[in-house]
Amino acid sequence: MGVLTNNLTLFRDGFATTLQLFLYSAVLSLLLGTFLAMLRVSPVPVFRAIGTTYVTVVRNSPLTLVFGFFVFAYPYLEIIKFDFFTSAIVALTLYTSAFICEVVRSGINTVPVGQAEASRALGLTFPQMLGSVVLPQALRSVVPPLVSTLIALLKNTTIAAGFSVSEAGAIRDSLSEQGANMLLGLTWIAFGFVVLVIPLTLLQRVLEKRWSVAR
Amino acid sequence: MSSVLFDVPGPRARLRYRILTVVGIAVLLGALAYVIYRFYDTGQFTARKWSWAEYRVQQEALFNGLLNTLRAFAVGAVLAMLFGAVFAAARLSDHVFWRGPSTVVVEFFRAVPLLIMMFFFYYGLPTIGIKMSPFMAVVLGLTLYNGSVLAEVFRAGINSLPKGQSEAAYALGMRKTQVMVLVLLPQALRAMLPTIISQLVVLLKDTALGFIITYEELLDWARDLGGQLLFGRPYVPVIIVASAIYIGLCLLLSWFATYLEKRNRRSKKVLPIDTGDAGNVVAGSAMGQV
Repeated sequence: MGVLTNNLTLFRDGFATTLQLFLYSAVLSLLLGTFLAMLRVSPVPVFRAIGTTYVTVVRNSPLTLVFGFFVFAYPYLEIIKFDFFTSAIVALTLYTSAFICEVVRSGINTVPVGQAEASRALGLTFPQMLGSVVLPQALRSVVPPLVSTLIALLKNTTIAAGFSVSEAGAIRDSLSEQGANMLLGLTWIAFGFVVLVIPLTLLQRVLEKRWSVAR
Repeated sequence: MSSVLFDVPGPRARLRYRILTVVGIAVLLGALAYVIYRFYDTGQFTARKWSWAEYRVQQEALFNGLLNTLRAFAVGAVLAMLFGAVFAAARLSDHVFWRGPSTVVVEFFRAVPLLIMMFFFYYGLPTIGIKMSPFMAVVLGLTLYNGSVLAEVFRAGINSLPKGQSEAAYALGMRKTQVMVLVLLPQALRAMLPTIISQLVVLLKDTALGFIITYEELLDWARDLGGQLLFGRPYVPVIIVASAIYIGLCLLLSWFATYLEKRNRRSKKVLPIDTGDAGNVVAGSAMGQV
């Protein structure tokens, strides 16, 4: 208990940064992921190819490598300067959006073809059909895997600790400087993550019940 | 794709698609050209930044890093599958004595971030006198996390088999172990093989986490060499090389999984079972560490 109570501010700040990283990258990757899914079902072949290539490459590269690129190599290209926190958000967003894209696309596949056909019969254009008929139904049907992906994102934020962002995973560094009991400290960090995952799991159940569509 | 979201285009739609195609290609080429220009402009293509590749020491270091990555992957994969098999069997047991604790263990290791687990083994355990090499910490973390996910995959695979399979086997007078080993496991394994290979891709990707706890793998090689002033700090070239190797290895494994899946779909030996449950387990974990 001593490790936690003696370092309350350390733990609080660490987990606050983790939550910030999580919220920013969750919102951004949901947006980018949905956009990529739209590209992947588009009638224009080039857009589909772009979406597919992005998803294939990103899904097959380790997140640590994406972080490594943005922290080590990217500054040497002298494009726009990012601080460590922004680099972490960019890396997490680019990585997670590929997985969100796949989830959303599998959701689009569950929407019956009749929905798209009916929209076309009403004269809706492709973007209208996607935006107001197919996507709303698709997103509702993939809430469980979508939240699973977000839980994974929450756990992935720890990697930022290896790249100079002082979030929950980096609490260890400060504890080791103090010579505190690392075993207990790390147990508390693990416990903190379990506590953070629980509300997300509850949200998953609630949304699943409320949004499930009878077909 | 099972659904068709658009009609066969008519003359006007074809024209529109053509214009969009041109715009799409233009934007893509523009972005690529800009990035390549930035590479060129900051001197990433100069001979000096790539001269490290001519040194025997650096070649050996690269080879060593790659070898360490593959070693962690191989040992981790074998152990994770063993762990998964044992815990799946325990979770399917009829006795609460086995089922209860194994459920807690599997759920726990799936919930804790993998990196925190590695920290725990590498930095935490020395507090109580257990010292581990980075290699052991990496392998142990990979085993426990991916083993737990694989346990869920195995279990979902066995649960998704039609009930008639085990009922028929029991009716023939087989024992519980015989039913599992002779009837259920072979079918479940065949159906689950693509999912299992996909999880191995995750495991391969997660070996890169070892970099953070000073395991000398491929990414560690990249950072090491990248910082050397002698070659003009070739961070960009080495990250390009490391990315090519990582992505290439993972793509090979992924393609193997897709190939197996396609073969399963054609084969008559595999029952068309619903893998939805296992799909869900992996949706969360496909991100690596998840």
